Amino acid sequence: MKILVCISHVPDTTSKINFINGDSEFDTNGVQFVINPNDEFGLTRAIWFKEQQGANVTVVNVGGPDAEATLRKALAIGADEAIRVNANPTDGMFVAKQLAEVVKNGHYDLIIAGKESLDYNGGMVPGMIAGLLGYNFVNACVGIDINGNEAKVTREIDGGKEIISAGLPLIIGGQKGLVEEKDLRIPNMRGIMMARTKVLTIIEPTGDASSTKAIKFEKPAAKTAVKLVSADNLDELINLLHNEAKVI
Amino acid sequence: MSILIYAESAEGKIKKVALELASYAKKVAASMGTTVTAVTINNSDNTTLAAYGVDKVINITNDKLANFSAKAYADVISQTAKKEGTQIVLVSSSTDSLYLAPLVAVTLEAGYVSNVVALPESTSPFRVKRTAFSNKAFNITEIATAVKVLGIAKNSFGLVENAVTMFEETFAPTLNDADFGIQVENIEKVSGKVTIADAEIVVSAGRGMKGPENWGMIEELATVLGAATACSKPVSDIGWRPHSEHVGQTGKPVASNLYIAIGISGAIQHIAGVNSSKVKVVINTDPEAPFFKVADYGVVGDAFTVVPQLIEKLKAFKSSNS
Repeated sequence: MKILVCISHVPDTTSKINFINGDSEFDTNGVQFVINPNDEFGLTRAIWFKEQQGANVTVVNVGGPDAEATLRKALAIGADEAIRVNANPTDGMFVAKQLAEVVKNGHYDLIIAGKESLDYNGGMVPGMIAGLLGYNFVNACVGIDINGNEAKVTREIDGGKEIISAGLPLIIGGQKGLVEEKDLRIPNMRGIMMARTKVLTIIEPTGDASSTKAIKFEKPAAKTAVKLVSADNLDELINLLHNEAKVI
Repeated sequence: MSILIYAESAEGKIKKVALELASYAKKVAASMGTTVTAVTINNSDNTTLAAYGVDKVINITNDKLANFSAKAYADVISQTAKKEGTQIVLVSSSTDSLYLAPLVAVTLEAGYVSNVVALPESTSPFRVKRTAFSNKAFNITEIATAVKVLGIAKNSFGLVENAVTMFEETFAPTLNDADFGIQVENIEKVSGKVTIADAEIVVSAGRGMKGPENWGMIEELATVLGAATACSKPVSDIGWRPHSEHVGQTGKPVASNLYIAIGISGAIQHIAGVNSSKVKVVINTDPEAPFFKVADYGVVGDAFTVVPQLIEKLKAFKSSNS
């Protein structure tokens, strides 16, 4: 089984978000970048397939040279090889087109991408790869098992879950649930040493310009101070919620 | 040319998110001098849409579409858009719409922008405001393609009544076997419980509750308010509550009218995930808890005394107001 895990290189979830150049660009100064959490759950599930069922795991990123540290981390966690498409990931459709090319050329059985990245939160790349290639696709995936050429997949729906069967090749939009938080792996020294010699292939992008463009960024307006209500005066809280906020 | 919305329904009723889409679409249509068309799937009673400005409903009825299938639904929505010559397709941010929207965008060769929170800043060039960096920022995005797909963030625009005379017609798109490559074998759904996605009010609790055995009061408070229950990440990680209740940056997003956080200190990732809620109430023993900085109302106090009192007072309030 060949698995491709798509990795976004995103600011750590604790990062302060600031913008530069007239609010047109994200300020990366002092920001720690990590594997996008939704992708990391998928990567760990892929490593389990490798350990339990003998899969080969490739990780791929569309990004600049700075993303290589994130790919090396994925290799240190246990992926076999890495691909970097050397391009600025300008929008979801552009990234999906690059990844669709990689999928076509690599003949993967399972393609795992996080259901959304925590930087632009587009939530569209896995679906677009599926749309471009006509592959089976399950989004918001919280569980997957594969037996031969058949996958049994669990999708989170509003208020419950759906159990789905799908043939391979299959694309999933992954999230927590594929594995749990405690299952995530921290690279050990042996993994880090091995990652140094694993193959990281750089390929050039193909095709079109983006269909959408982020013009500028804004930060939310400053919050007015909280109104504190005494714990002995909860009637006042109910009064405020009813008459002022009008939410109850 | 008219603006097309995908109006979701459940159990024969048009969902509230669809009425929000209609409200949004009507405003955009008015500014562009066009009309609003809604596509519905296997839903016979679409009359509520007329109250929110939908000029025409196209209903698709087909037994093969009885269960949600992203590919098949995306296919029939795309066919409807093509038939109507639509330039703007609007979808909600429900789990199902988030699933099908990228497929629609590929088929229509459309630029797709998700998490849209306001009316377009301009329609030529077409620019909309969306959330990014998990609600820590907004970005203004320009769509360059002729056809555009917008995903409207939940509870960002609200309902605007605008009664019009609505025409209904039916459409029978062609379905391909390729649309049904995956089969739904089973749906496990808790009935009679308000979901976080649909809830107007969410009652959420964290480690301050000290243990899973103390959640009874959280559930009771939620019941009194008709709210959904949620929890912080540490609470779901240690297994006190199911993962489906975890809200925050790596859990479910919350965009309710009222979010009540009990015993949650307010880690940056938690706040990012719930910040789209309109009104936030924080109950915490620690007056220095970071959550107070982003809250609208706060009570510094012990959940174990505050919450039971709040339940009693809310019960009295509800019975005197009903």
